[in-house]
Amino acid sequence: MSTDPKTRTPGRRFVLLVPYLWLLAFFLVPFVIVLKISFSQTVLAQPPYVPVLDVSAGWQGLREFFARLTTEGYQLIVSDDLYLFSYLKSLQVAAVSTGILLLLGYPLAYGIARSPRGIQPLLVMAVVLPFWTSFLIRVYAWINILQRDGLLNEVLLRPHLIDEPLPWLASDTAIYIGVVYSYLPFMVLPLYATLERLDVSLLEAAADLGCPRWKAFWLVTLPLSLPGVAAGNLLCFIPIVGEFVIPDLLGGSDSLMIGQTLWLEFFSNRDWPVASAIAVTLLALLLLPMLLYERVQRRQMEGLR
Amino acid sequence: MQRSSAFNVVSVALGLAFLYLPIAILVIYSFNASRLVTVWGGWSLEWYRALLENEAIQASAWISLRVAALSATGATVLGTLAAVALVRLGGFRGRLLFSSMVYAPLVMPEVIIGLSLLLLFVAVSADRGFWTIVIAHTTLTMCFVTVIVQSRLVGFDRSLEEAAMDLGCPPFRTFMTVTLPLIMPAIAAGWMLAFSLSLDDLVIASFTTGPGATTLPIRIYSAVRLGVSPEINAVCTIMIAVVALATITASLTTKRGAVRRERTAFGAQT
Repeated sequence: MSTDPKTRTPGRRFVLLVPYLWLLAFFLVPFVIVLKISFSQTVLAQPPYVPVLDVSAGWQGLREFFARLTTEGYQLIVSDDLYLFSYLKSLQVAAVSTGILLLLGYPLAYGIARSPRGIQPLLVMAVVLPFWTSFLIRVYAWINILQRDGLLNEVLLRPHLIDEPLPWLASDTAIYIGVVYSYLPFMVLPLYATLERLDVSLLEAAADLGCPRWKAFWLVTLPLSLPGVAAGNLLCFIPIVGEFVIPDLLGGSDSLMIGQTLWLEFFSNRDWPVASAIAVTLLALLLLPMLLYERVQRRQMEGLR
Repeated sequence: MQRSSAFNVVSVALGLAFLYLPIAILVIYSFNASRLVTVWGGWSLEWYRALLENEAIQASAWISLRVAALSATGATVLGTLAAVALVRLGGFRGRLLFSSMVYAPLVMPEVIIGLSLLLLFVAVSADRGFWTIVIAHTTLTMCFVTVIVQSRLVGFDRSLEEAAMDLGCPPFRTFMTVTLPLIMPAIAAGWMLAFSLSLDDLVIASFTTGPGATTLPIRIYSAVRLGVSPEINAVCTIMIAVVALATITASLTTKRGAVRRERTAFGAQT
């Protein structure tokens, strides 16, 4: 297939070139610019960084440009604990909530995959539907519930389970609730996709040979569903590390996740080089999980073939 | 068997309750006559009437809808082309880079995408506003369209295309008359996903917006930071209703389409 002569006809070239050029221009080139600005210095000007590459100055300008690049942004990130704590907090939130998501999502996906064939698409749609409604709205919905005079405190106060309203909002608990709630469909769908394809006769064979149900689950179902587990975990973990909206609306202001720190550096401090340096280091941190995810994704696409 | 299926039913029911309860509460409170969340003041449409008078929110909603329609259309064209390239062109040069660029935005943190696109727009000194958001959203959502269309193309019976080509139909015309109608459900689903992702995006729009282009999520976000208001509950309820209606209609039409296709395929066999 790779030596298909049709690859070289103009129509085929068009099919490839248009999206390729678009992604190069609006996905790859911007990263090169981020990388460049992360080695720049902050100044009070427009744009608020130096050096600015002056193409008209030719070779001389290029040499001057490279001579003036600094690693100040990175030095700041390494020297100030604030940034380190931000990274650690993000990793912690992502790891813990991915764990909770797996514990909640697996039984849900398993339950759907074992329900009667006829209603399975309906249940899958029920899981996906909230994902189609706005992310912002779903996070906002929890403010209604978690705020001081919100529904959760009301429900707990009525039967005197608590004596005074608890501050649910602006806490790590609220972040975890918001993250788990928002990302649950991302965990359930890949899990369901592998569990649904699982050959039931394998379980029947195990049962016929006297294997208890829990052991059959442990020895047959779980190992066979591992690709789905990997896809679901990566699909949740990676974006959660860089999450901004959820910690900003539900979390407290005492410890920030890295997405919030980047946002503050950019919008409040107007320090573009440091914001870019944070973006570059965040990307470096996520590179390995992202490569893993890509492999899982590609294998899944090719496995269908 | 019985005990285990009870466990399954319970876990599905609890999972769905967890997913839907907060949304249901939000919808109910949008009809609350009282301004306070805990006080139920009876059913009322007051906050919807207030929305009719709120021109800022209406203007933002209109901007968001236009951004979403334009970027979803662009993303559908680009994403479909990318999917065809990935499935049909085999091992072309630069394939690894291409597929990396297609899959990366699916999981890439939004703050990074937003920041990098903004820095690009500053570097080429483009006027930021409506069109920069459209470009940003097109780039993000085309990758989702690619994945959806790709999975459809992968499980695709190529013999129909080959038959058309054998009968002398040129490749472009084969694509338009045979391939395109067959992958249309995936393309439509891709467009809808792109549309709702664009309508929903706060982070990337905040980075790439400019004066006069305040999208609905940006407007909602700044209102939410000041606290819960029943008016925002009402906006959210309208958005939920629109999306729910569109999703259900789409799934019903694709289901009907699938049934019709199966029938024609069956008819062709006999």
